Amino acid sequence: MITSALGQQIRAVLNEGGTLPVDATTLGDSDDLYAVGLTSHATVNLMLGLEERFDVEFPDRLLRRRTFESVAAIGAAVTELLASKKAA
Amino acid sequence: MTSPLARARHIGSEVAARHAESVDRDARFPHEAFGALKEARLLGVMVPRAHGGDGASIADVVAICHALGQHCASTAMIYAMHQIQVACVVRHGEGSAWHRGLMERLASEQLLLASATTEAGVGGDVRSSVCAIERSGARFTLQKNASVISYGADADGILATARRAPDAPASDQSIVVVLKGDYTLERTSGWDTMGMRGTCSEGFVLRATGDIAQVLPAPYAEISAQTMLPTTHLTWAGVWLGIASDAVARARAFIRAEARRKPGTTPSGAVRLAETVNLLQLMRANIVAATHDYQRAMDSVEALTALAFAVAMNNVKIGSSQMATQVINHALLVCGLAGYRNDGPYSVTRHLRDAHSAAVMINNDRILANSAGLLLALKDEPEIFA
Repeated sequence: MITSALGQQIRAVLNEGGTLPVDATTLGDSDDLYAVGLTSHATVNLMLGLEERFDVEFPDRLLRRRTFESVAAIGAAVTELLASKKAA
Repeated sequence: MTSPLARARHIGSEVAARHAESVDRDARFPHEAFGALKEARLLGVMVPRAHGGDGASIADVVAICHALGQHCASTAMIYAMHQIQVACVVRHGEGSAWHRGLMERLASEQLLLASATTEAGVGGDVRSSVCAIERSGARFTLQKNASVISYGADADGILATARRAPDAPASDQSIVVVLKGDYTLERTSGWDTMGMRGTCSEGFVLRATGDIAQVLPAPYAEISAQTMLPTTHLTWAGVWLGIASDAVARARAFIRAEARRKPGTTPSGAVRLAETVNLLQLMRANIVAATHDYQRAMDSVEALTALAFAVAMNNVKIGSSQMATQVINHALLVCGLAGYRNDGPYSVTRHLRDAHSAAVMINNDRILANSAGLLLALKDEPEIFA
């Protein structure tokens, strides 16, 4: 589960970059982003947008299709990165 | 029975080589070579043993492409393109009864599969489709204006990409297998090219209908990243290495003949030949390493969908396609006018024409642009023996 605040921020990043052909605020946390038009190319811009917004860096091991497949999956990755940043 | 590679070598030198000139001159399908390949049961080698095939690995297939490429580039390229389709069915069709049945037919009937991925109206981007699979009950219909279906007229079946459904976005694609009898082809363009003339990569409007079970269950995005792209780049690279290897073999024969004529002196082209052999080794090392990388990653979806893997596969395509023409250019310099001639044992002109296709079959600039995007995200340097 991710918090709704985090979900909102992720949806904002999705909308800012024009990553999706649909409005991300209309999507549920677990909706398949690839099924609504996310391309592998667009995931790169999505990742850059997330890094900028949350001030984190996605390591290569997270640069996989599954990491970006839903708002919830992105939220889990961001949560993990924020936690490891705090620990460091 | 001898190994698949030994059978391929035999067909290369005894059948494909004999007809290579006429295939090239007349821009025709290499019927003789494919008759022999079917007879030697080499079209179904990748099908798992459980379904009647040989369970050949990607390395086995790359080696066969290399063996055929030394004799007839068009034969080798068609063989490669067929195996790319087989690999998609083998790796993504195991969970579907229809596709398991297809695997059995691939082995028993030695069916030749073609591919309809490119489409008019998408600007060469195979990862988006205009056409869609239109479902009606348990049946579907599909109409695709395919800008290229290589050897479409001579294939026994076609793997076609399309949007999953009429309301799906352009990037949400599926891949469907249609077999002869399921479809008609209306030719829209011919194939009169510099090289690779026997692949007959003509354009067609494909009109197909079939059972919805013929759609591969996994999304095309997955099939493409995990199987189609790596298999394409590796088998094509195997073909190009074969072409380059034969050009170098001709240059070596030329220098040996020179050396025999004037014993005790080193022919003037011998140093250039040494440089050429060095380049060929670089090219081969790149392909061998990438093939091993793919085999290591094969059982892990995580590894196959990593961006670093996509960049590595892009690089093997770009590197080996550039190297192919470079190596053959060097062989041409070694052989001199004997290499520049269209006839004679030292001619490398067909090699050069065929190899020039490498940079434009999935244009290298498009692949570089794709890598450029991925590299914005990638951070770590892999270890040398990782």
